[in-house]
Amino acid sequence: MTDSPPDLMCRDLTKDFDTFRAVDHVSFDVPQGSFFSILGPSGCGKTTLLRMIAGFQTPSAGDLQIKGKSMIGVPPNKRPVSMVFQHLALFPTMNIGDNVGFGLRQRGVSKSDIKSRVDRVLDRVGLPGVTDRRVDQLSGGQKQRVAIARCMVLEPDVLLLDEPLGALDLKLREHMKVELKSLQAAFNTTFVYITHDQSEALVMSDNIAVMNNGTFEQIGTPHEVYHSPNTAFVAGFVGDANIITATVTARDGNTLALTTQTGGTLSLETHDASLNAGQETQVFLRPEVIELIQPGSAPEDAVNVSEGIIESVLFNGANSMVTVTDRNGAHMKVALPQTGSSTAVQKGDAVLTRWHPTQAQCFAMAQD
Amino acid sequence: MSDTSRLGFYLLLAPILLWLVVLIILPHIGLFVVSISEKTGPRTYETGFGNYAAFFGEPLYWRTFARTAIMSILATVLTLILGFPIAYYIAKLTRGRTKTTLFLMCMIPFWVSELVRTFGWMILLRETGVVSNVLQYLGLVSGPVELLYNDAAIMVGLVYTSILFMVVPLVTTLDSLDDSLIEAGYDLGGSSTAILREIVIPHAKPGIVSGCIVVFMLSLGNYLTPILLGGKDSLWFTGMIYTQFITRFNWELGSAFGFLLLILSSLVVFLGLKLSGQSLSETMGRA
Repeated sequence: MTDSPPDLMCRDLTKDFDTFRAVDHVSFDVPQGSFFSILGPSGCGKTTLLRMIAGFQTPSAGDLQIKGKSMIGVPPNKRPVSMVFQHLALFPTMNIGDNVGFGLRQRGVSKSDIKSRVDRVLDRVGLPGVTDRRVDQLSGGQKQRVAIARCMVLEPDVLLLDEPLGALDLKLREHMKVELKSLQAAFNTTFVYITHDQSEALVMSDNIAVMNNGTFEQIGTPHEVYHSPNTAFVAGFVGDANIITATVTARDGNTLALTTQTGGTLSLETHDASLNAGQETQVFLRPEVIELIQPGSAPEDAVNVSEGIIESVLFNGANSMVTVTDRNGAHMKVALPQTGSSTAVQKGDAVLTRWHPTQAQCFAMAQD
Repeated sequence: MSDTSRLGFYLLLAPILLWLVVLIILPHIGLFVVSISEKTGPRTYETGFGNYAAFFGEPLYWRTFARTAIMSILATVLTLILGFPIAYYIAKLTRGRTKTTLFLMCMIPFWVSELVRTFGWMILLRETGVVSNVLQYLGLVSGPVELLYNDAAIMVGLVYTSILFMVVPLVTTLDSLDDSLIEAGYDLGGSSTAILREIVIPHAKPGIVSGCIVVFMLSLGNYLTPILLGGKDSLWFTGMIYTQFITRFNWELGSAFGFLLLILSSLVVFLGLKLSGQSLSETMGRA
């Protein structure tokens, strides 16, 4: 089997602006047909990165290849990439058919060919027969699909998406997540999606790159990024977590014993060889790994068990949570399991919290 | 509507109604009445279209009329061709202070009166003027050259006088064009010309049309620039109207000319709107 080059490959891509470095030596590969997300807070450089891939900005250093061909110096209208803009950028002076056919017209495709290809792609995104409508006659979700159709009709090697779901309301956004993923699978095109919304990235992606201050903190599958974050930033940014500041008191193999700021003791397992006694750390504990049990029902030898009082119940349907205050006054968010057993918890109840030593992440405190 | 609010509505409406009726409609009715009275003897008049017949019967009149129309259309087209890149540059390629400064620089010439501005051009273009001297100094011409008193000088003056009225509506409409639309055009493989033709110009159309209407009307009704820069050969229709009213004291023919000018400008604007597929309310409302 021959090794074909990845659809998109970046090597040490860097972009300097007058006063700061927006993208700092970023390298990654996106294999053909995969959904790659770049997740990061606003201002982390993800938009600059995407605009470099599209060709609207020139990298200060590094190489960018699409299907093995370097794109440095290639203008945006000559690159085999298409972009779905944040606000979609559908041309309001044209009807839907002309919008979708715009790229084909630029390539000099014959009129009848354009018509059949536009009809076909609109069919595939589930909008048959809208060619004569005006842009403002479509709903938000329909515009979204037209914007994707306008790009896909050109059969690009890579489709770039710049937070296109940001402007939609919550319900539609949830729906479009699923739809985008299935469209990507149907077209089997490589998607590069940037977002600050972790749930969009987690639901849709094959691979996620978590970006912060111009660099990639971690590249991995949604599962890896969520369950085994490489850095404190990733652990804090992706998903919800209780962040506990604690000092390592002893290390025994891979097991650490820690004392929290409020005086509690923790025990957890780590693969980070650099953590040793005396070190300040941050422990990230996801609300759903903490178990609520009845007082007195914990086995004698159990670790990471602490007594607490339910301080508040935050009802949010399937994502309901409680905050528990332990003896030392530390707060902890705990997800309520949805199996019916814990629906009776009320404010002021005494409970025990317990979690497994392998389910927390621990990182050395960042040096200031 | 209650009686008091109805009263308020009419009171607010009164100034504009007064303005329209007293200053626009009444004078035009008067003008029309004068234009259809033929002088048969001292202080005796007959109603008829003799003055209009005189216009069509005398080639100088209708040729001047046609020449004024064609030159005005040409001036409008030239102003558009010159003004569009300026407006595009101001609206799309500059930001913040530079934008304001450039916009102000377009305005500065309009702080002095049209008369002074036109004299400025005369200083530049006359036989003993700046341009003529520079050309002689450079050895490009052997003797003084007269650059005034020809159609080109009129054209230069007309374009210069009216370019602001083209740039302002164009900047406004181009400003409202989302940059991402232009980027999307490039991203989808469009060349610069294709993007200009398919995205920028359709978007700027209301601005183009309203700018053109204003510039055309200003050129057609301009009196100073053609007379001063074109000299006595300028043959501008407003000059002809002036002659009838002031020199010849023939108010009847002058009124007929005035009415014909009104019909001409309305007709050209109407045709322009029809050709560009715009409506007057849409164009003027948006710009």
